[in-house]
Amino acid sequence: MKILVCISNVPDTTTKIKFAGGNAAIDTTGIQWVINPWDELSLTRALELKDDAASGIKSVTVVHVGPAASEPTIRKALAIGADDAIRVNAISSDAWFVAAQIAEVVKKEQFDIILCGIESSDYNGSVVGGMISEFLEIPSVSAVSGIKFENGQPVLIREIDGGKEVVTVPVPFVAIVQKGIAKEPRIAAMRGIMMARTKPVKLVEPLPVDPLTKIVEFEKPAPRAACKFIDADNPAQLLDLLQNEAKVI
Amino acid sequence: MSVLVYTENWDGKFKKLSYELVSYAKGVADMLQTSVTAVSIGKVVEGELKKLGNYGANKIININNEQLTVLDSQVYSSVISGISVKENASVIIISNNNTGKAIAPRLSVRLKAGIGSGVSRLPLSLNPFTVYKKTYSGNAFAHLVIRSEVKILTLAQNSYDPVEKTGNAIIEDMNPVDIGSMLKTVVKDIQKQSGKILITDADIVVSGGRGMKSPDNWPSLIELADLLGAATACSRPVSDEGWRPHEEHTGQTGKIIAPNLYIAVGISGATQHLAGISASKYIVAINSDKDAPIFEAAQYGIVGDAMKVLPKLIEAVKVLKR
Repeated sequence: MKILVCISNVPDTTTKIKFAGGNAAIDTTGIQWVINPWDELSLTRALELKDDAASGIKSVTVVHVGPAASEPTIRKALAIGADDAIRVNAISSDAWFVAAQIAEVVKKEQFDIILCGIESSDYNGSVVGGMISEFLEIPSVSAVSGIKFENGQPVLIREIDGGKEVVTVPVPFVAIVQKGIAKEPRIAAMRGIMMARTKPVKLVEPLPVDPLTKIVEFEKPAPRAACKFIDADNPAQLLDLLQNEAKVI
Repeated sequence: MSVLVYTENWDGKFKKLSYELVSYAKGVADMLQTSVTAVSIGKVVEGELKKLGNYGANKIININNEQLTVLDSQVYSSVISGISVKENASVIIISNNNTGKAIAPRLSVRLKAGIGSGVSRLPLSLNPFTVYKKTYSGNAFAHLVIRSEVKILTLAQNSYDPVEKTGNAIIEDMNPVDIGSMLKTVVKDIQKQSGKILITDADIVVSGGRGMKSPDNWPSLIELADLLGAATACSRPVSDEGWRPHEEHTGQTGKIIAPNLYIAVGISGATQHLAGISASKYIVAINSDKDAPIFEAAQYGIVGDAMKVLPKLIEAVKVLKR
């Protein structure tokens, strides 16, 4: 079996977001780009599965839709342990565009398990994975917090309100992955970093696809009022404020 | 033309989230001068469907089919897209919860409909159709233009107040054509906790961080939560240490919540934690470090050691409840 892990590169999650171009874009000056946290966990789990001979996973490929500038993110994924990578050479315009490109890659290269992070920490869309599966007309399972193999078949754990479900779907499928899938992201070792330099990155030209959405403006969240401090010895005052000012208890 | 809203049920009942969705759909329908059709899938308790009418649904399509007990995103999106075409829906409203995230993107491809996910206000304009959505985990909000003819909006939880009036909705029973061949998801086991308030549903959440010092100190936090009818949560280091179950982790990579009141006890307020709780209406912070970033996000704060403040706060709540 072959696994494809979809990776997005996003600003480091501690970045203070600033805008540029009349608030129509993010100011990318000084931004550190990282693999989207959920994609990194997906990749980690894919590699753990490959390490386990019983899973029958033969290879782990990463795919990314982005310009040459995002190559360091791909190299990082290779350094962590992916066997090879595919980069669709395009600036991603919206989720629809990205999903259509990745679906095309899957059609050509044939993967059994496609892993996508549940959202990207930049646009918080939570849609690319589901879109890929529908473009390909294959099953998708969302909110997946675990993947294991039983008798050579993948078994998924998905989060539901107040609990979990253990589910199976036939391959090929898309698993939309959230926290819990792997304990901690795997870190690239020196050997991995050296090897990543020579691992193949296949370049694919994009399909012509018109995006369906466009961000025209960003704004900062409304500033919160300054914190009112209450004396630690007078918690009744806090309750009074919560009851009569905020009206939440 | 119509606005379609998918209303999920939980053990045959609707909850506040369902009414938020229908009220929001009504708001969008009013802007478009059209009507609201709600879709309910699965068996619901007698009398529940009618309630949707009180929040603005003009018509309710009730699909009660045993094969739809399991959430199979392919089947669900197929059923909803069929209804959407039949109802000539121009806007489809779905929750931005796990179920919504499973269905909405598949629906988008079926209908070639652009998605605005995690919207928290009514559309900013109709022409071009512009919605207001969270980006960068709440550190920025975007005005997103959706160009497609059909639009899908997933509504952020607790971002739109339900508006209850009286209404008289028509209930239409429907049985979708054979879905058996499409159903691929097999549920082998379900592990569910019962009797606990879900973090994502709770109006009040009491959450503990490393400032709680030890898992042995949690009973007081749980006591406070019980007194307030609140759910309990925790920060990432706490769940990573195994002090509390992972299900309680709120933050960017954990649960993203929007309660009316979030009480952060011994949580310093790292960016990633704030990303999961910034949509809370009110935040109370209790922390020994007066410079902790949590106080910048909070409206009310107490500077002090969590283990000293909690007992006093519990006593004060008991007095108040008397």
